[in-house]
Amino acid sequence: MKLRTLSASMMLASAGLLAQPALANVSDNVIRIGFITDMASVYSDIDGAGGVEAARMAIADAGGAINGMKIELVFADHQNKADVAAARAREWFDQQKIDMLIGGTNSGVNLALAGIAAERKKPFFAIGAAASDLTGSQCTPYTVHWAYDTVALARGTGAAVVKAGGKTWYFLTADYAFGHALERDTANVVRAAGGQVVGQVRAPLNSSDFSSFLLQAQSSKAQILGLANAGGDTINSIKAANEFGIGKTMKMAGLLIFINDIHSLGLSVTQGMQFTDGWYWDQNEETRAWSKRFEARVKRKPSMIQAGDYSAVSFYLNAIKATGSDDGDTVMKWMKSNKVNDMFAKNGYVREDGRMVHDMFLMEVKKPSESKYPWDYYKQIAVLPGEEVFTKLSESTCKLVKK
Amino acid sequence: MIMIFGIPLQAFLGQLLLGLVNGSFYAILSLGLAVIFGLLNVINFAHGALYMLGAFLAWMGLSYFGINYWLMLLLAPIIVGLFGILIEKFLLKHLYKLDHLYGLLLTFGITLLIEGLFRSFYGVSGQPYTTPEALRGATNLGFMMLPNYRAWVVVASVVVCLITWFIIERTRLGALLRAGTENPRLVEAFGVNVPLMITLTYGFGVALAGFAGVLAAPILQVSPLMGSNLIIVVFAVVVIGGMGSILGAIVTGLGLGIIEGLTKVFWPEASSTVVFIIMAIVLLIRPAGLFGKEK
Repeated sequence: MKLRTLSASMMLASAGLLAQPALANVSDNVIRIGFITDMASVYSDIDGAGGVEAARMAIADAGGAINGMKIELVFADHQNKADVAAARAREWFDQQKIDMLIGGTNSGVNLALAGIAAERKKPFFAIGAAASDLTGSQCTPYTVHWAYDTVALARGTGAAVVKAGGKTWYFLTADYAFGHALERDTANVVRAAGGQVVGQVRAPLNSSDFSSFLLQAQSSKAQILGLANAGGDTINSIKAANEFGIGKTMKMAGLLIFINDIHSLGLSVTQGMQFTDGWYWDQNEETRAWSKRFEARVKRKPSMIQAGDYSAVSFYLNAIKATGSDDGDTVMKWMKSNKVNDMFAKNGYVREDGRMVHDMFLMEVKKPSESKYPWDYYKQIAVLPGEEVFTKLSESTCKLVKK
Repeated sequence: MIMIFGIPLQAFLGQLLLGLVNGSFYAILSLGLAVIFGLLNVINFAHGALYMLGAFLAWMGLSYFGINYWLMLLLAPIIVGLFGILIEKFLLKHLYKLDHLYGLLLTFGITLLIEGLFRSFYGVSGQPYTTPEALRGATNLGFMMLPNYRAWVVVASVVVCLITWFIIERTRLGALLRAGTENPRLVEAFGVNVPLMITLTYGFGVALAGFAGVLAAPILQVSPLMGSNLIIVVFAVVVIGGMGSILGAIVTGLGLGIIEGLTKVFWPEASSTVVFIIMAIVLLIRPAGLFGKEK
């Protein structure tokens, strides 16, 4: 009996699946945006629910509808697993008829999503992911890489540190695609600027104790400790470095630092550290105003990624407004021929390889005495022009770039 | 310079010591698990969450009420222990008749609840907890600068482990506990309140997790995810030592900490998996674990 109920319900379920496409025509008057990110794990503070909220803000600011077509947002947790994200994206494209997909954090996940979106000819925005491969060897005509990438981080921080006299480097690297890419790109910059890489240690993702790796780094006698990791790994390595007094013999260069990391560690531990960022909430009137609205909803200041989520969704909705269509190719064409001008980027533009080129910033963490109000953490050291800091088209390995 | 496996002796000793520090956490957490499994036959998946709770209590005590580290080192395990007693009294108690799996599922559910609550309140980046005044600074051991706090972690956990071992294996109370798990009816016939004993044992086991949490607070960021990062390794430690073996849990905890520490030098990429490789080998050769008895 039990078995029969089960098979009966399964038949019903599959009938439901088959019936879906017929219904889909009815809902075509809706602009659907899918958003897959880390909602609960290591990277959920820098994007997660805050990122979803940022996307909602963009939709609300666009009026919630365009030419009578309602805008809807669906979101899901990828658990940092590419297969989970891929299955969800396929379901969204094929059954829920989403028109655009946003990939939050995690480069591995984003590389998988980019392929799926390209098969469906729908725009895909990579926002929280860092790997430059998204617009390099694995570029697609439908990928837009928004906030930052490993090349920009490497050129920004790497070049600045070598210029300030940090000639010998040792890397503490997260042992997966993102960490390797960041280490590789930074090492190239260091060598090109006349510096030297004396060694590296590859720590597994989510290691709880970094002291052993740090002592290895210290015994290398390098001047600079390059942290090619992110999130919890960065936090715990900085904390342990502080405990073991690594800072007395080496200077730390955080290659990917988010404001949430600084907030969590406190300024006394992080002061003086230089790093590259794509956006900071306290840069100008516009960023402050938007951040104030964001904070009212999420109870903390936005990260670069969350600001990027807002900016990307707004730009996409502008494209639909201008073209009157949610067709993937039409929208992509508009986005690649119009400038991005909002609180996130000034005169940004989407290149043929999918890179959204905009200025990046070299930042330094303030001393506790310099911080005047909550979240007052950074001072800007230099503007890094987008044309110089991202991969140049002449260096690109993307097959879409005509040379 | 003396070299061991291609690295200087000094560096080697330093890494050995760091391994011992991490091993102390494994020892104290796996000890709690072993006590609970030994006496209740419950695979306590909530152990990691209760360890995290201990760390958070220490942080909350300091930042909301200004209670210092030393007092919280005492208070947090008591609060976690009381919380554990509630879990046992109202939830776990009903599952003893059933398969182990139900206890595991229940405690796993509790883990998700506790972690989820803390995540929604505090996010995942973690809260900073400063090292107590008296243990700041570092001591030069000749071969390395050892932060005083890390030395304290080793001392504190070894002492707590030995006291626990002594109580269970060498005192009358411990003898009753062990007898109660072998044959509860017989022990009850002697006038011992076995259900109460079991409740208190669970409370004590999770209090150990709370204690480890407070110890860890100044070293790691106090984060809702800190427990789940550690608990799987600790389970492997218990399996290698032998489920329910008290001495096994302590010795394997410290030993595996050292092995893991050395792996971080010779093959860093494998340092997160070496414990599981050892577990697989041990299970093949001695399915009951190094210190476990075949049943």
